[in-house]
Amino acid sequence: MTALLSIRELTKSYPGVLANDAVSFGLAPGEIHALLGENGAGKSTLVKMIYGLVRPDSGRMMLDGEAFTPANPQAARAAGVAMVFQHFSLFEAMSVAENIALGMANAPGRRDLSERIRTISTAYGLPLDPERMVGTLSVGERQRVEIVRCLLQNPRILIMDEPTSVLTPQEVEILFGTLRRLSEEGVAILYISHKLEEIRSLCSAATILRGGRVVDTCTPSQKSARELAEMMIGSALAQPPERPETTGEPMLTLTGLNMATEDHFGISLKDITLTVLAGEVIGIAGVAGNGQDELLLALSGETKSAPGQIMLGETDIGALGPNQRRNLGLLAAPEERLGHAAAPDMSLTENALLSGATRERLAWQGFIKPVTTANFARAIIARFDVRTPGPETAAKALSGGNLQKFLMGREILQRPRVLVVNQPTWGVDAHAAATIRAALVQLAADGAGVIVISQDLDELMEVSNRFAVLNMGALSDPQPVGEVSVEKIGLMMGGVHGEVADAHP
Amino acid sequence: MKTAALTQPILIVTALVTLALFALFSGLDPVLLAVSIIIAAQPLLLAALGEMVVEKSGVLNLGVEGMMIIGAICGFAAAVETGSPALGFLAGATGGAALALIFGLLTQYLLSNQVATGLALTLFGLGLAALIGQSYAGIKPPPFPKLDLPGLSDIPVIGPLFFSHDAMVYIALALVIGVWLFLGRSRPGLILRAVGENHDAAHSLGYNVILIRLAAIAFGGALAGLGGAYLSLVRVPQWNEGMTAGAGWIALAIVVFGAWRPWRVMLGAYLFGGVTILQLNLQAANLTPLWLLAFGFFLFAIWRTLTSRRPLELLGLWLATVLTAAIAAKYPISIQSQYLSMTPYLVTIIVLVVMSADRLAANLNAPASLGRVFHKTG
Repeated sequence: MTALLSIRELTKSYPGVLANDAVSFGLAPGEIHALLGENGAGKSTLVKMIYGLVRPDSGRMMLDGEAFTPANPQAARAAGVAMVFQHFSLFEAMSVAENIALGMANAPGRRDLSERIRTISTAYGLPLDPERMVGTLSVGERQRVEIVRCLLQNPRILIMDEPTSVLTPQEVEILFGTLRRLSEEGVAILYISHKLEEIRSLCSAATILRGGRVVDTCTPSQKSARELAEMMIGSALAQPPERPETTGEPMLTLTGLNMATEDHFGISLKDITLTVLAGEVIGIAGVAGNGQDELLLALSGETKSAPGQIMLGETDIGALGPNQRRNLGLLAAPEERLGHAAAPDMSLTENALLSGATRERLAWQGFIKPVTTANFARAIIARFDVRTPGPETAAKALSGGNLQKFLMGREILQRPRVLVVNQPTWGVDAHAAATIRAALVQLAADGAGVIVISQDLDELMEVSNRFAVLNMGALSDPQPVGEVSVEKIGLMMGGVHGEVADAHP
Repeated sequence: MKTAALTQPILIVTALVTLALFALFSGLDPVLLAVSIIIAAQPLLLAALGEMVVEKSGVLNLGVEGMMIIGAICGFAAAVETGSPALGFLAGATGGAALALIFGLLTQYLLSNQVATGLALTLFGLGLAALIGQSYAGIKPPPFPKLDLPGLSDIPVIGPLFFSHDAMVYIALALVIGVWLFLGRSRPGLILRAVGENHDAAHSLGYNVILIRLAAIAFGGALAGLGGAYLSLVRVPQWNEGMTAGAGWIALAIVVFGAWRPWRVMLGAYLFGGVTILQLNLQAANLTPLWLLAFGFFLFAIWRTLTSRRPLELLGLWLATVLTAAIAAKYPISIQSQYLSMTPYLVTIIVLVVMSADRLAANLNAPASLGRVFHKTG
């Protein structure tokens, strides 16, 4: 096999961390190659070096048998390397065409470009309107913009960093169709994902990284998802406990919850009715931007609602603020980790105080109890295996997965009566995700009501007792998990938008 | 929604027409008035246009006032020493840009806070300008010639309005057109807007965020310097310590008022220039507080007529307008000039409040990364 790209002994260190330690692997034309590893295993650094964003300390890259040392992304693009980022590199207040032009070395004129966008995007089954503002697009459509931007440059190597974490199953299928077609045309694809089932069905080879080193290689289709996960983390996975039947008392009752949004890009909640019983996990699925954030705000108390719409047990809490609700036992963990769930520049101890002050009595007469607070933070760190130098570390210094473990632990250790979480394992590696899921299920087993809002269907199927879909601000009737298939849920998630129907003529 | 979009321009035009009519009745010449408004608007226009480009790149430079006054003294000194106003303007632009680059160095490389650094820049500029300007007080600069096209400049009304200004008026207009084309049509302009919109994304696409921002900051400083030089060489023309008198802050307000669009920034500069000149002239005319109240009612009535459908409210407003005007005509109580001198600053505050109240309109065009520190990682 002649390698299109071959990487030899690539090393890169940051202060205090050896991000990549003599990493070697090869990429053949038309191959879909998975890069597997936990958060912090060095995948991102590796692809950034290939894309010219980061320069390696030592080691060599060869493209077509010639030395390849891209000084910047422009050089990498000129050599035929294209990349789709995990956090899209898009400009919301600009049109699709402008966004694409920004990613091209010599963009053609407006009319030509629009024409080429239309041609390419229809040819690959990713329809796009070049004149639309990116801010008005769904997440799936935004990703199309990124992919079309890459395709317009006829790449030979396409790097995809967690492309499917925000897509509906149907959108994932469309994406895979596109990728397989590209692979047939000889484009090599380097694919980073935490979703092991996807890797098994899509990728023909895998390189597994742990702690910056290549620890193994394999053919993903010949391994089970469990084996792959254990190769990544080097040990066995935590299993969620068995779920008992749920016949508990109603903990939280939403009756016809209506809420108009104030945000320009927001979604209004429409007539949401839901009862959460003690001891159950309710899963709420839906494509991002269908009212998930608004629902969480309504439940956490950041936005207040009309009387009688939200009842916690027998108490009407619609007019109460977040701290009063916390006091009564309703806790919430929002999706945005830095800036919403946690104050980035404050230490873990301070962040623990911010949400735990009322319920854990971390303050007395307006004065902080420093020892109790630090102990609470330490308890979270110990119980949820948060990897951090100590409780005085700033929240933003933690990796996404570690911070998420801390934030989930912070709420769970406050023994909530009802816990609402949005995207609890977004961007978190398999090991940490399993820990968080198990803790959520355990919390419900101990008698709390839990609402999990997520875009990861596998996760919802794993943790929920009952299951509903949020679409354009309206919630479907919750159904027992055993009675719905992933395909059906996918249709519920994307069907009303009409996007899926458009994309699959 | 069409009327809503037109409301602001209609209000502005009505306000200007009413004030012009009032001036006419008080025995002032509208053409002379318009010419002095144009001159008063140039410093604001130049400074605001420059700041708009800076903010479009995602940087908030609150040091406009400092860069203007440095431009004013550099331009003045150079013009006096060389005898050439053109060289003066060049020196003003250079001085403004040099000061701006200090800001750029601090905020872009040393990652200092933009708001604090901008404020410090203003203080530094005011002090430095006073130091340089010590020996220049009371001198007259060489005159900056006005355009004189035989035939065209002699046409009554149109001639003085359009064809007999100094070169900077036309250069400023060309700059507005240039910036408009640059931001809206050109690829470098697109990249600049991209940097201001999402600097992390622009970086990951391989654009040099810091270099692009430095260029924008220098351009903004140069334009602020030009505006300052225009103050000391044409508008006043003299050097006084602290002569910008808040023009830089008004320029910052104009950028917001103009919603980061070149033509609206130009409109804003002329509006604020108009207020400055009118209040000077109205100090001479016998304007009473009651007239101002009547004027306020009048504008409010027009606004509600454009936006509201309730006849009773409209009737009440128009009645109030007519009544106050009638009383004002009967009892002329004079107003102290100090209150009139406040008007440009009051208008600045009112405009900012009104614009921020209309959050959607303002936010949609505001650069999303404005004022955020860009830290290059990985």
